[in-house]
Amino acid sequence: MSFLSIRNLSVRLKNGAPLLRRVSLDVATGEVRGLVGESGAGKSMIGKAVLGILPPSIQITEGEIFLDGTDLLRLPPKESRRRIGASCALIPQDPLTALNPSHRIGPQITDRLVDILGWTRAAADARARDLLAEVQIEDPARVLRSYPHELSGGMRQRILIASAFAAEPKLIVADEPTTALDVTVQKQILRLIAGMQARHGTALLFVTHDLGVVSKVCQRLSVLYSGLVVEDSPVTDFFAAPRHPYSAALLAATPKYTDPDAGLHPVPDAVIDAVRAEVAAFDREAAHG
Amino acid sequence: MQILRTVLLRLLTTTITLAGVAVIVFFVIRVVPGNPIAMMLPPGATDADIARLSALYGLDKPIVSQFGIWLAGVMQGDFGTSITTRQPVLDLVLGRLPATLELSVMALVMAVIIGGVAAITGTRGRGTRTEGAIDVANGMALSVPDFLWGLVLMLVFGVLFPIFHISGRVTPSLELPFVTNFYLFESLIRLRFDLWADLVAHMFMPALALAIPLAAIIGQLLKQSLKETMNLDYVTLARTKGYGETHVILHEALRNAVLPTLTLVGVQFTFLIGGTVIIERLFSYEGLGNMAIDAVINRDLPLIQGIVILFAVIFTAVNLIVDLAYAVLNPRLRHA
Amino acid sequence: MLDARSMIHRRAGLRLWLSALWLGALTLATLLAPWIAPHDPLAQDLFLGRMPPFWVAGSEPGYWLGTDSLGRDVLSRLLHGARVALVVALVAGGITCLIGATLGLLAGFLRGWVDMVISRLIDIWMAFPPVLFSILLIAVLGPSLTSIIIAIVVIDWTRFARVVRAEAMAQGAMDYVASARVAGRGRVGTMLREILPNVLPTIVVLLTLEMGIAVIVEAILSFVNLSISTDDPTWGGMISEGRTSIHQAWWVLVFPLIALFLTVLAFSQLGEGLKDRFDPVLR
Repeated sequence: MSFLSIRNLSVRLKNGAPLLRRVSLDVATGEVRGLVGESGAGKSMIGKAVLGILPPSIQITEGEIFLDGTDLLRLPPKESRRRIGASCALIPQDPLTALNPSHRIGPQITDRLVDILGWTRAAADARARDLLAEVQIEDPARVLRSYPHELSGGMRQRILIASAFAAEPKLIVADEPTTALDVTVQKQILRLIAGMQARHGTALLFVTHDLGVVSKVCQRLSVLYSGLVVEDSPVTDFFAAPRHPYSAALLAATPKYTDPDAGLHPVPDAVIDAVRAEVAAFDREAAHG
Repeated sequence: MQILRTVLLRLLTTTITLAGVAVIVFFVIRVVPGNPIAMMLPPGATDADIARLSALYGLDKPIVSQFGIWLAGVMQGDFGTSITTRQPVLDLVLGRLPATLELSVMALVMAVIIGGVAAITGTRGRGTRTEGAIDVANGMALSVPDFLWGLVLMLVFGVLFPIFHISGRVTPSLELPFVTNFYLFESLIRLRFDLWADLVAHMFMPALALAIPLAAIIGQLLKQSLKETMNLDYVTLARTKGYGETHVILHEALRNAVLPTLTLVGVQFTFLIGGTVIIERLFSYEGLGNMAIDAVINRDLPLIQGIVILFAVIFTAVNLIVDLAYAVLNPRLRHA
Repeated sequence: MLDARSMIHRRAGLRLWLSALWLGALTLATLLAPWIAPHDPLAQDLFLGRMPPFWVAGSEPGYWLGTDSLGRDVLSRLLHGARVALVVALVAGGITCLIGATLGLLAGFLRGWVDMVISRLIDIWMAFPPVLFSILLIAVLGPSLTSIIIAIVVIDWTRFARVVRAEAMAQGAMDYVASARVAGRGRVGTMLREILPNVLPTIVVLLTLEMGIAVIVEAILSFVNLSISTDDPTWGGMISEGRTSIHQAWWVLVFPLIALFLTVLAFSQLGEGLKDRFDPVLR
């Protein structure tokens, strides 16, 4: 049974340009689903739509987002916000801007537990300490008392990861969580996220442009181009034999550390033209349908 | 160490500024035509009388030595004697100071409340007509000075719907059990709410007149700051946790948005204090400003000096407090 | 994106039109007052004291906005008062702008000890409560139109100096200035030819603001009876008289108040409209 089920989600800028074109995908309980595509493909939009944090200049024109059986888009805002807060969480992209500079770390982890879920302060604090230990932070007590600017980027990302798991969410949206980090730190963080996901059994919607990351962490993936889903496959099948020419080209374009002299193969123009034609065809059909 | 050096530097510049003020006032007012002594004595006074009294107040000596004498006196806490009331300037000035301070602080509190509510409401309704309406009101409140607002308020709430008193600090017939001149403050401490109500009824309009321009500035700046802050990542993250718009504005955004507003508000507050001069006159409020105008009209040189210096000290103190508050509220500066 | 731009343009246009309308009317009043005023503003008639405006019962025909305690026609006094207001606005505003902007430009561009001296001066000046300072100056100089103008200039030059100094400093650091210097332009030449045109929009907007302030300062000084004289009508003087009879003859206070209100608003909206027009991003 899918915990998250997105059906025909279309999203566009208020002045008309479409950003998501009838996107459909499912995430089963405990599953790790990858969302891949180039910059601007719309993968972040999907995550934001699910969590209800689309910018005001963007509107949803059609579709349903079923969270544990209920369509979030048909609920009153307060109710959908409550459900999202209770069962979902976000691991944001940039650890340097995702923490409030005026508050200490501790309250930023425990706030939702105390305010929204009604935990006691003591229980919440204990949970925060345990979580920080789980993400391998030494001296959790000191870190909890610190302000964000006193900590490094890698440390802050660990905190954000810990914070995401705080309320034992059923679904976490990870929005390119390693992109803003140093390459040396990326691998650690990735392993951390994968480890925690396995331990807590949380479903993960993993947004990334890096196919290498997908191969390590995800079970299924969707490939997006210009807001259109061009492929939706299990990861093993994908890497063995991608079904869509664009996906194949993406795979071929990924540099391989095992073969450094192989040269770079950017996505061929013919493939780009073909997939653009697909998008245009979709738009024509959507306009007439 | 760094803090100590900054503080010392500030003290130095402050002293220079105050010294500059003192010098300018001293010399400017001695160019005033009209001999204050002559104005005090009855018409039949002889030149000898005038000369004697002038000597008494040291007005016959050369200007530079007058300044020296005055400065020496100030070092010992003696600001001279008022020519019109024969009382020590320091006592007179400190006697009226509480009234003006209470009025200014009341105006500040009103401005913060009104401006804050306007900013938060405007942020909550950003992009809608609500924000547009608030912008228009803000624009008008900004362009019109406290003097005109005072007159408008006087007409509306003093004559048209007479709720408040249009003159004085307190109803004259009331008996006041206060020991200090901080009437408003003391009335609260002594739990005399009847007196407190009477005081507020007198202070409401002058305070509001002073508050309106400042409220507009706070409203505009804070709203802009809040709107920018609302786009930041940590605010978005807070939303995913289940928090509603109002909580997010108040708890996540406000603390960070307030900082840029603070320095400008500090400067504007000094303008507000300067505005008490004419507002107090308008509402016949017995404060420092009102006394100042009378002092000028009566050419009471020592009194004028004392009042101007006091205002300068207040302005500098406010600037200092604002800078300190900024350093305290910004966690990054605290650790730097 | 286009929507926001055209909206600001429209709003700027509306502002400019409305404020220009009022200020134009004011200018007309100033120029034509002696001819269009129905009565002599100084003529007293104690039998006609405190007559209400024409739409209130008991009014005297021919005295459209009523009379004050001494029987003088409010409308005529209002029109004549406009002259003082406008002259003060233009002259005081203009001179303050000239002196303040020049000092600011010098301080911001030349830096060094020039900047240090001017900045110290500004700090000292800003420690004075402006109203008190102006009253003091009038007491020194004696009440007259000239002394009011001098008082406004002496007190408010810092407004221009501060802003222009900051702008000049910012512009001075930019590349086009360095290029000009490399090309051989002298310091003064650079200042006038390169920096001034870029600072000019700010100066113009401040000028409109200053004119509004000048009108208010004059009104306040008239209110405290330190303006030109108690006979020649000024809006501030009318307000002062009106305040004493606020319960019996509200019109003596209300009409000059409205005139002041609209004038100050007009000047500030003029400034805002110009600012929107000048914004190169919108152009």
